[in-house]
Order: sequence, then structure tokens, then C-alpha cells
Amino acid sequence: MIRSITQQKPLEEIDELLKGLGRVFLIGCGTCTTLTHTGGEPELSTMRENLTGVGKLVTGQVVVPVACDNLTGEIIKDYGGQIDQANVLLVMSCAFGVQTIASQLKKMVVPALNTMFIGKETGMGRFNEICTQCGTCIIGETGGICPVTSCHKGLVNGPCGGTDKGKCEIDSNRDCAWTLIYNRMKELGRLDSIKKFQKPRNHHGEPMPGRVDLTEKTQEATAK
Amino acid sequence: MSEKTSSKLERILASGNLAVTSECGPPRGTDPEAIIEKANLIKDYVDAINITDNQTSVTRMCSLAACIRLKLMGLEPVLQMVTRDRNRIALQSDILGAASFDINNMLCLSGDHQSFGDCAAGQNVHDLDSMQLLQLVRKMRDEGKFLGGDEIKRPPKMFVGAAANPFADPFEIRVPRLAKKVAAGAEFIQTQCIYNLDKFEKWMEGVRERGLHEKVHILAGVTPFKSAGMARYMKNRVPGMDVPDDVVKRMADTPKEKQAEEGINICVESIQRLKEVEGVHGFHVMAIEWEEKVPGIIERTGLYPRPEV
Repeated sequence: MIRSITQQKPLEEIDELLKGLGRVFLIGCGTCTTLTHTGGEPELSTMRENLTGVGKLVTGQVVVPVACDNLTGEIIKDYGGQIDQANVLLVMSCAFGVQTIASQLKKMVVPALNTMFIGKETGMGRFNEICTQCGTCIIGETGGICPVTSCHKGLVNGPCGGTDKGKCEIDSNRDCAWTLIYNRMKELGRLDSIKKFQKPRNHHGEPMPGRVDLTEKTQEATAK
Repeated sequence: MSEKTSSKLERILASGNLAVTSECGPPRGTDPEAIIEKANLIKDYVDAINITDNQTSVTRMCSLAACIRLKLMGLEPVLQMVTRDRNRIALQSDILGAASFDINNMLCLSGDHQSFGDCAAGQNVHDLDSMQLLQLVRKMRDEGKFLGGDEIKRPPKMFVGAAANPFADPFEIRVPRLAKKVAAGAEFIQTQCIYNLDKFEKWMEGVRERGLHEKVHILAGVTPFKSAGMARYMKNRVPGMDVPDDVVKRMADTPKEKQAEEGINICVESIQRLKEVEGVHGFHVMAIEWEEKVPGIIERTGLYPRPEV
């Protein structure tokens, strides 16, 4: 299952972001950041101790089931009193959750985490980025291995000259994506497919910020 | 392979002579003398001079400005362009700028990863890769069109090159990869530094089997060692570099004060042997921060004087 992968910001940075804000309400998330141990119950408790240690008053804390869900606003209403007393919400969810909360409560929000990527737990406590959501998927021609994500240069037309015994030039602990693709395609007897030219990527497939509106087509069809 | 540009490098290669190129790294500052001095050391011994583009991802004076400097000296630059730092708008724009100064040669590269340089936290762009850059320059030249399809007034006339590393693994992908670059539009190739001559010759066999040596001019890349330490460093620390143990040993077994001379000897011997390899149409001598040694190497290998074409 894919997760939003996060890392806690350095405490100094959190202190800086909370400068002049003495009363803090803490929000964690029961989904992704609980799994990644960056925003579940134990992490909230540790954060509470840290904050108390630097003289902050923690007015309350809650781990909401899914911070990015629109119901989060409803759930948090139960904590209205504690939230009213705080002058800032320190949110230990990914940025999806932080933005959901920010849009639902008229309150200053500070993220305690950096959102790194959307990834997968590939082993106990190990998370890997599998897809960068580029919007123009080519893995049908690369044996289901994504070079846009897995090659450190994002090269789509084959490996660079830095492959070193199947590892990437930047890190001998990381596989060269194109060696993996080559081996997979060889196994499948489909080496011809990597000879194909991949055209310059259509970055318009992921306009910033991304937006897909399934109702637009219906509207167009109705207009005709 | 008929001539399509005003490139001197193209003319020399088309005439059947062995071409000689070398390279200069621009300075980490604004002093043009740094480029002028280096160029003066080698100008009479080479047909064209590559200017590297922020090599090893360390910020330097831009390749284009340094190439213009060479043009002002009446020399023949090869503009190296990596796809690491610029998107397709900037790349096309720089190609037009270069062509406006009649810079007639360009080498299309993806570039070292930014983590090696002085801006490790920088964004790597790779909006295009080296393969797509080759196609882009050829489209601009041959069709007179921008990537977006609009017409170019006075299209650029570049002789287009690419790099090849015969040594990186998997080895069996290296000839097909060259074929892909040739199909994308590469007209000349400058290879990674060659120390493992046996392996290079094996790669060239594959190149000839597919007839690629008749479609593209291959310039064999050589770099003289300054010391045994450099040989070890190249072997162990430079990605994609293949330095056989006996070469490192030969350097290490040489007394320290004679190592530089031995490094030059190895380079000269390599060129002598590679001259005999069918399909090698010239040499790219990369004497890293050691440009003053280039004339000697060229003389000793019988490649001097350079032909007038």
C-alpha cells in the first residue's frame, strides 16, 4: 500500500517556526505518519515533552484517523476548547493533512514534518519511492521498472556512462535502474523494446498544481 | 558522411585524416586569460577544442562564453552541453546563441550528477536527456525547426557529437547504445578515457559488426596519468572508468619523479596502438589541467603537423 513518506524537521527548525507562539495544540495522523513513526501517538508524546522542555504549553493533542480526509475537520471539533486556547496547531501529518487542516480551521498551522515522497514500505522501517507521478507513464516499455523515478538522472533513453557493476555512480548501495531494466527485458526476451526512442516528456501531463476534473468531459459531451 | 556544416572538425574527418581534439575546463572565475592561456598551449596541435560544461557539476564559467572566447582567437571550439542544468527552452536558446557566433560543433551530454559538485542540493533538470538533445540539434539544423515546430530563421549549423563509454556495464548494452545515439543524430563520438585497450578493441569489433564505424566518426579518448595516485584514483573513484591492474602497477612501479613521464609514455603507446584500429577516426586528448603536455603527445604519435583543409 502506498504511503506519504515523511521525516521530522530538526527541532531547531520547529522551535524557530513556533517562535512567539507559546500555546500549542498537537495533531498526528493514524494512517501514514503512524506507519512511518513520525506522527503517531508515541511521536506526539515525545514532541509534547520536547515542547514542554522549551517552555511551551501544550493545550491538547489528538491523532486523527486520516488527516487528509475531509472528515478531519468534524473530528477535531470535539477538541474545540483545547484548540481555541492554542495559538498554533503543530501538525505531525504529511503536507496533505496539514493543508486539509489549514483549510478547515481558522488557525495558524505549522508542519512538524517534511513530506518526502509517496512511497512504499519495502522492509521493516524502509521506505522507497516507486513512482514520482510524472503523468506520462512509460513502464510498459521498461519491464515495469520506472527509470523516471529509479534513475537518479531520470533518464528515459538508456543508462548514462556512470554505471558501476550494476550500481549507480552516485551511490554504490543503489542499483542502476537501467541495469535492472536491461536484465528484466533480457529475461522477458524483449530487449528490442529499450531501443525505442522516448520522446521529450510532456511535463504538461503534470501541470503544477495537478488537477484532474472528471466532470469536464461530461460537461463537454452535454454541450455538444 | 557528406559535409553539412562549416565545421573544420567535420572537414578533417571527411577528408579521411585522423582528427585530433583536446579540451579545456573553464575557470572558476571571470578571468578570460585562464581560457586564452590554455588554448594557446594547444592550438597548433589540435583541430578543435572542447570546452567542458560545468564538469563534475562544479560551477564554472559557462561553456558558451568560453567557446566565444576561442572563436575570437580564431580557433575551433566544441561546445559541450549537458542536460543537467537547463530545460528545453534554455538549451534551444543557447544553441541559437552559439550558432550566432558560428560555433560549429556541439557535444551532447547528460552530465555528471549534481551530487558530485559544489551544489549537491541543486535540482537536476534533465528535461531532455542526451539522446533527445542530439535529436533536437539535428531537428533544428536539418529541418530548421524548433522542438515546438515553429520555423527557425537562419537555423544553426552544428556538427553534432556525443560521448560513449565502452567500459560501463552491462558491456553488452554499449554497442546498441552507440547505435541509438547514431540513429538519434550523432555524427562524431568522443569516448571515455581508454586504458583497457583490449576491451576497447572488443567494443570496436561490435561497432564494426553493425557497420556503425561507417556512420559515425569515433574519436578515441585518452588521458595521461600525472602520477600513480591519479591512476589509482581513476580506477577506484571515477564511475565508469576501467583502469586495468597492470596499468596501475606500471605507474606504481615507476619512481615518483619519473611517473609523469611514464604517464605520457602510456598515453603515447595507447594512441599508437589505437591508430591501427579500424573505425578509429581520431583522438580526443584530455590532459586534465595539464594542457602543456598535449603538444608533446601529438608530436610523438606522428599526428603533427595538423592537416590544412
